[in-house]
Amino acid sequence: MHRFANPARFLRLSALLLPWCAGATVILTILGLWFSLFGSPPDYQQGETVRIMYIHVPAAWMSLFVYTNMAIAAACGLVWKHPLADLFAKAAAPIGAGFTFVCLVTGSLWGAPMWGTWWVWDARLTSVLILFFLYLGYMALVNAFDDPQRGMKAGNVLLLVGIVNVPIIKFSVDWWNTLHQPASVVRMGGPSIDPSMLTPLLVMAGAFTAYFLAVVLLRVRTEIAQRKIQTLRLAVAGGPADGVAGEGGVTDGMRG
Amino acid sequence: MTEFLHMGGYAAYVWPAYGIATIVLLGLLVATWKGLRNAEATLKALESARPPRRRTRNSGRKAAEQSAGTPAEASEG
Repeated sequence: MHRFANPARFLRLSALLLPWCAGATVILTILGLWFSLFGSPPDYQQGETVRIMYIHVPAAWMSLFVYTNMAIAAACGLVWKHPLADLFAKAAAPIGAGFTFVCLVTGSLWGAPMWGTWWVWDARLTSVLILFFLYLGYMALVNAFDDPQRGMKAGNVLLLVGIVNVPIIKFSVDWWNTLHQPASVVRMGGPSIDPSMLTPLLVMAGAFTAYFLAVVLLRVRTEIAQRKIQTLRLAVAGGPADGVAGEGGVTDGMRG
Repeated sequence: MTEFLHMGGYAAYVWPAYGIATIVLLGLLVATWKGLRNAEATLKALESARPPRRRTRNSGRKAAEQSAGTPAEASEG
């Protein structure tokens, strides 16, 4: 595990992975959009609005997937003081918030014509809104401290507390009688959705995952660079002492 | 084509959904890209302002080669 905690090794690995993730994002997005807009039939009840599903559902999956990964990273950061885990959680947060926002807005745009309302305070919608606020709260908290280490720690605790919301979102449609429909893809007994609609859904989900990986790799690189900048600035401010103070996190991993 | 853009009367809901997703995802990508370029430029400026000590693998190795007999510098990697 700690083999991958080394930022220098991470930078080399990410340079290797990035072109593949970027390529997969482009190809899967083009394929997914073709399937979503041309290659799939309109729904017999919902007509063309069903095409909103190919954005809405993958975005919702991503909002949960990203948050779960951030919470796992938070646990690694807190338990093993893994320097890259903190940076990963911080780097992933805006992407997760973006996907959650897309999920909420497209859900609204789908709800308006199909449910006759833009918003209801039903269990699924409310718990996803809470997820969105968890993302925003984490981002605000991490940046609220002068000492980034403390900010990360506080943020990690928030992520771990907020993880209870993930199963609540997943099962909200089963536990409460809501306006939102129950799961039709990830459910016991297999998907209950026609293959002609499942294909665009899965391809778009693949595109969003590849997009997330590509952007998060770029953002972790940015975070590593910013950590180095901070270390250099501290070293300048603290005089020519061999820059040990404040080098905690990332540079610790440089020796290895 | 007009029929396709019309989306069976739901154009006002379908196209904004795709539009919002495009704006958010492209916006994040552009912001990330700019942030990375900025951070790397700042880092470069700072590193060239100060002689690098053991910042990179190569500089560490070079330093170790120059001052053979002090292996502490080469301990990384």
